[in-house]
Amino acid sequence: MSEMKVQFTGVKKLFPHGGILHKRYLRAVNGVSFGIREGEILAVVGESGCGKTTLARMLMKLHPITEGSIRVDGQELSEIREKRAIREFHSKIQMIFQDPFASLNPAHEVGDIVARAVTLHNPSLSGERLRARVRELMVLVGLTPPEDFMSKHPSQLSGGQRQRIVIARALAVEPEIIVADEPTSMLDVSIGIDIMNLLLDLRERKKLTMMYITHNLAGARYVADDIVIMYAGNAVEYGDIDEIVSRPYHPYTVLLLSSTPEPFRERKLDIHAREDLPDLLGEQRGCLFCDRCPARMPRCSQEIPGDYRVDGRMVKCFLYEGMDHAAEPKVTADAYADEEDFA
Amino acid sequence: MEEALLSVKNLCVEYKAERGNVQAVTDVSFDIHPGEFFGLAGESGCGKSTTAFAIMRLLKGSASIRSGEILFRGKNILQFGAEELRLFRWDKASMVLQSAMNNLNPVVNIGSQLADAILAHQAVTKRQALERAKELLGLVNISENRMKSFPHELSGGMRQRVVIAMALALKPDLIIFDEPTTALDVVVQYNIIRKITLLKRQMGFSILFITHDLPLMLEMCDRIGIMYAGRLMEVAPVEQLKRGGAHPYSEGLLHAFPSLLGPKVRLKGIPGSVPDLITPPPGCLFYDRCARRGDRCRQALPPLERLGERHFCACFNARREEEGSACPR
Repeated sequence: MSEMKVQFTGVKKLFPHGGILHKRYLRAVNGVSFGIREGEILAVVGESGCGKTTLARMLMKLHPITEGSIRVDGQELSEIREKRAIREFHSKIQMIFQDPFASLNPAHEVGDIVARAVTLHNPSLSGERLRARVRELMVLVGLTPPEDFMSKHPSQLSGGQRQRIVIARALAVEPEIIVADEPTSMLDVSIGIDIMNLLLDLRERKKLTMMYITHNLAGARYVADDIVIMYAGNAVEYGDIDEIVSRPYHPYTVLLLSSTPEPFRERKLDIHAREDLPDLLGEQRGCLFCDRCPARMPRCSQEIPGDYRVDGRMVKCFLYEGMDHAAEPKVTADAYADEEDFA
Repeated sequence: MEEALLSVKNLCVEYKAERGNVQAVTDVSFDIHPGEFFGLAGESGCGKSTTAFAIMRLLKGSASIRSGEILFRGKNILQFGAEELRLFRWDKASMVLQSAMNNLNPVVNIGSQLADAILAHQAVTKRQALERAKELLGLVNISENRMKSFPHELSGGMRQRVVIAMALALKPDLIIFDEPTTALDVVVQYNIIRKITLLKRQMGFSILFITHDLPLMLEMCDRIGIMYAGRLMEVAPVEQLKRGGAHPYSEGLLHAFPSLLGPKVRLKGIPGSVPDLITPPPGCLFYDRCARRGDRCRQALPPLERLGERHFCACFNARREEEGSACPR
């Protein structure tokens, strides 16, 4: 594997759950491995509760890792402990949050919000040089002319403009990596698509590496190069996004893709999918998707499948065990047509 | 053409605000035919939910219907008295809301909640109502041993299906769905949409479906109305919209959705923002953001004109079919 900018290896995050006598752990993320190359955008896609935001928060050092390793530029995150080292780390990596209404202080002018981020990592900057830097950042995120925006409060801006301020603030420290957690899900589409375009432009101009978290597969395909599909704390498939979207291998990826609205699909699909989610408490036994899987085998409920490498991607499913080349998906949407859907 | 089930005519709704009245819905007219799956699409604040609430006469507080008619089988809903309205709601038309699954009573089991709805409208015994409740749950694929379950014991998707069962309870002619799956994951959304489509086929009701998710709407509706700034910009059969809308706003919206399987092309948003609806500018409300605007658009408001079979558009420079589609797919 070529050198990765960001590398997750066997990462686990367990949250304590329940009382002192019956202490149990919730497996938010259970043994996830993937990497992001420099200048690449990796989409992390999955449904609510699959662990995608937990992955982002661990990468930002907002949650300690329970087990496994996360490396950024080869440096182990758990070894960054000193206050100064953490600050240095955060000038390398920045996060953009979902809600542009909650992530900006309503009492401050947006110019000050951006200026504060600039001075936090570059305290020597002040006066006209600071103002020039803020203007430059505003222009970078498409808020032009910057003078029109500097002295406004967040409440005077639209959702899209606020998200641009959030992005300008993140860029203030000249990060190399951006973690974007559902940055467009609260925006209207005609605005959201421009935020996606902005992130794509910034990647080109600033050579940024990005982790892009979303539940929207079509949006992920528009933005990203690679994709990790998460299910119940497991990464079930990981690889080139176009290949995975056009030929999904893992049965869950197949289900997720077939359930996504796509009016230009050539053939209408008719699938019956069970909705029950697996228990995330205690030890993991077997494949977490096996209760809903149309291709389940007896061993699927007993053993945990490994991360198998097939056709240049990773698939966590016994159907692909021990083969380098799969030729074609082992499960298609048609396999879901005969499933029972009584709850 | 057969008679419309629901006919909204020149509907205008205002909200009182400190600075003046917000023209939330202005001059909206459309028909829904028996058995039709009709969608209202548009971005936040375009008036689609306000229109739905007006149809159910559920607008409250600062909202008021300033003018217009809403005809249901030829009778104006806006002139209904209390008793007529009681008979209309649930019996003739029912509504499923976005957060409906959280509006179930948490301390009453779902079987009783369904039975209560039936008892309030029909002269049946409690036992008959409970029997009917079981049937209704069966319709939405919830087994009858869930009758005694409380809402918190069900998943979000199941609760939303309970609410759909309630909406079906009195076999209405029209069901309004206001963003019924927005809060749900896509697999659950797929199951619910599929169920709605199957039930509509079995029972023959009409649907008014509201969502901001245009791909979802294009996949399931027969016809779609596209709203912008409180006005209806275009009403078109889905097939027409898939070839690219006639109105520049419809076209813009279609351009803004990334496709899951289609070719990868650079998309663009619609520059600018929605005008102030307290003092709307003269002329077309989309003027500032429009790529096809002309001098005339500033002065006069384009009326909703018929372009073809069940196809209407409010634009002086509407795209004609011969021009070919600018839509990226």
